[in-house]
Amino acid sequence: MFDENELKKIEELKRHYPQGKAVLLPVLWMIQEKYGWISTDSMKFAGDLLGIPYEHILGVVSFYTMFNEHPVGKYNLQVCTNVACMLRGGYELFKYISDKLGINNKETTSDGMFTIEEVECLGSCATAPMMQVNNKEYYENLTTEKIDDLIKDFQNNHKLT
Amino acid sequence: MHKIILKDIPDLHKIYVYESNGGYSALKKALTKMTPESVTDEVKHSSLRGRGGACFPTGLKWTFMPKSNDKPKYLCCNGDESEPGSFKDREIFEKNPHQFIEGTLIACYAMGINTAYVYIRGEYYKWINLLQMALDDSYKKGYVGKNILGTNFSADIYIHRGAGAYICGEESALMNSIEGKRGYPRVKPPFPAANGVWGNPTTINNIETLANVPEIINNGWEWFSKIGAPKHPGTLLYGVSGHVNKPGVYELESGTPLMTIINDYCGGMLDGKEIKMIIPGGTSMPPLTKEESLTIKMDDASLKAIGSAIGTAGIIVMNEDTDLVKVLIRIAQFYYHESCGQCTPCREGTGWMLKVLKRIDEGNGREEDLDMLINIAENIEGNTICALGDAAAWPVKWTIRKFRKEFEAKIKKEKIEIPVLNKVHALRKSIV
Repeated sequence: MFDENELKKIEELKRHYPQGKAVLLPVLWMIQEKYGWISTDSMKFAGDLLGIPYEHILGVVSFYTMFNEHPVGKYNLQVCTNVACMLRGGYELFKYISDKLGINNKETTSDGMFTIEEVECLGSCATAPMMQVNNKEYYENLTTEKIDDLIKDFQNNHKLT
Repeated sequence: MHKIILKDIPDLHKIYVYESNGGYSALKKALTKMTPESVTDEVKHSSLRGRGGACFPTGLKWTFMPKSNDKPKYLCCNGDESEPGSFKDREIFEKNPHQFIEGTLIACYAMGINTAYVYIRGEYYKWINLLQMALDDSYKKGYVGKNILGTNFSADIYIHRGAGAYICGEESALMNSIEGKRGYPRVKPPFPAANGVWGNPTTINNIETLANVPEIINNGWEWFSKIGAPKHPGTLLYGVSGHVNKPGVYELESGTPLMTIINDYCGGMLDGKEIKMIIPGGTSMPPLTKEESLTIKMDDASLKAIGSAIGTAGIIVMNEDTDLVKVLIRIAQFYYHESCGQCTPCREGTGWMLKVLKRIDEGNGREEDLDMLINIAENIEGNTICALGDAAAWPVKWTIRKFRKEFEAKIKKEKIEIPVLNKVHALRKSIV
């Protein structure tokens, strides 16, 4: 699951906390960054590694919305539709992408490229409408043209920073 | 106007620029010329209040921490910033991270703390990296870590990334999240100063609150207490979104009139439309009507006087074309989604409010629905472990009370002059 360097990083992170178990969230992030989602096996692995019961880890993973309990597309488009975005076209943005890709909320395209997800406020209210991709980059002040370009970019294997 | 945090200095996020503009001099002053008690006194006398929403006096909060060192003490810096309409702390991480780091170190010194955690919402991936870069620089320069500036004082600062849960902005849920658990709020008492992370004394401060501290130490409490509204002094980072021409974060004195912010800084209302409703401090705060908005000053006391609150100073402006039933549904949906589920009134109540609101919007509303919604809201309010219950109840209760006619019109299926969905300038083909 983890290579030597990653295990070393976990040991280092453990030193940030008086109790090693607190490193669970950072470790779950490492799993998701590497594999795109958090499987039952990886939860069990993390449990053995950190001495935490699997049930506790399942409880944590299912509590936080950013942890994917199922695989998602290569590009997970997370569109904010909360009030500030809604006032500036968040729902229209969501619908535009959903129609364009032919998928509904939390669905993935058949080629595994795209997932679309309606998410809560991302703290980007002055640059609405906006979306986040793969829990990382923000794309703000979006227009239909920008979406067209971005999706073309992604289809051409655009690398996320 | 003098800016305290988002100063107009290019590249201030770089450590050498920060240093050449007096950066880390407050830390030096505190560590070498002041006792921890006098630092706390300075902050206490400045009347600095928490910027996370509750407006609690910061200096007073610091005095709750035990003086003894028999248990390790912790500072948690709250950068969860998940209240819809709030986007100010990310500006600090981006434009002036060192002032926040310096404020954190001074707070640690004042309370005898050697470890601080900066809890940042998981979505702020970019800003977590920006803060980490700034933190690495200040470690290299000896401002953070062992024997800071050659003194006996040592303090470490670690970033803890959240994973998408509004509730983790609640201080006790935040502590559970740092411990690697589900973000469930804890029953209080015991309060964090007695029993916080891992059962140790803990203080939780907002990012903006801590970023104010270095300037208070440098310029003195008198200087700070004279800025803005006397009971809620200093500047506030007003985050304006919605139907204005130039949405954004504006650092202005507390007590700045709302219309000054909208007209002089945000370029006025989009397309010259009229105001219908304004949320003054994130979606959980009771909204303002147009009449209230025209005269209100943006500080704690002024807003409390009219039954609202400053919250995070995240201002959401809605124009005359906005469908308030749809807006309230979206707000109710948020709190329903974010309720942690521990307390029955909140877990069940948020769901019922959403269902009834949707029913009204779909044209199946009943005459008794509005009073029932207020009744549900009042049965959530004050009956839960944490403030999320209140946050969910207030917008429902107050939007209906203040804009009842609009809800009644939908129930009676009267023809109303509002669009089905706000599309005034929604998703233009390109930015003109």
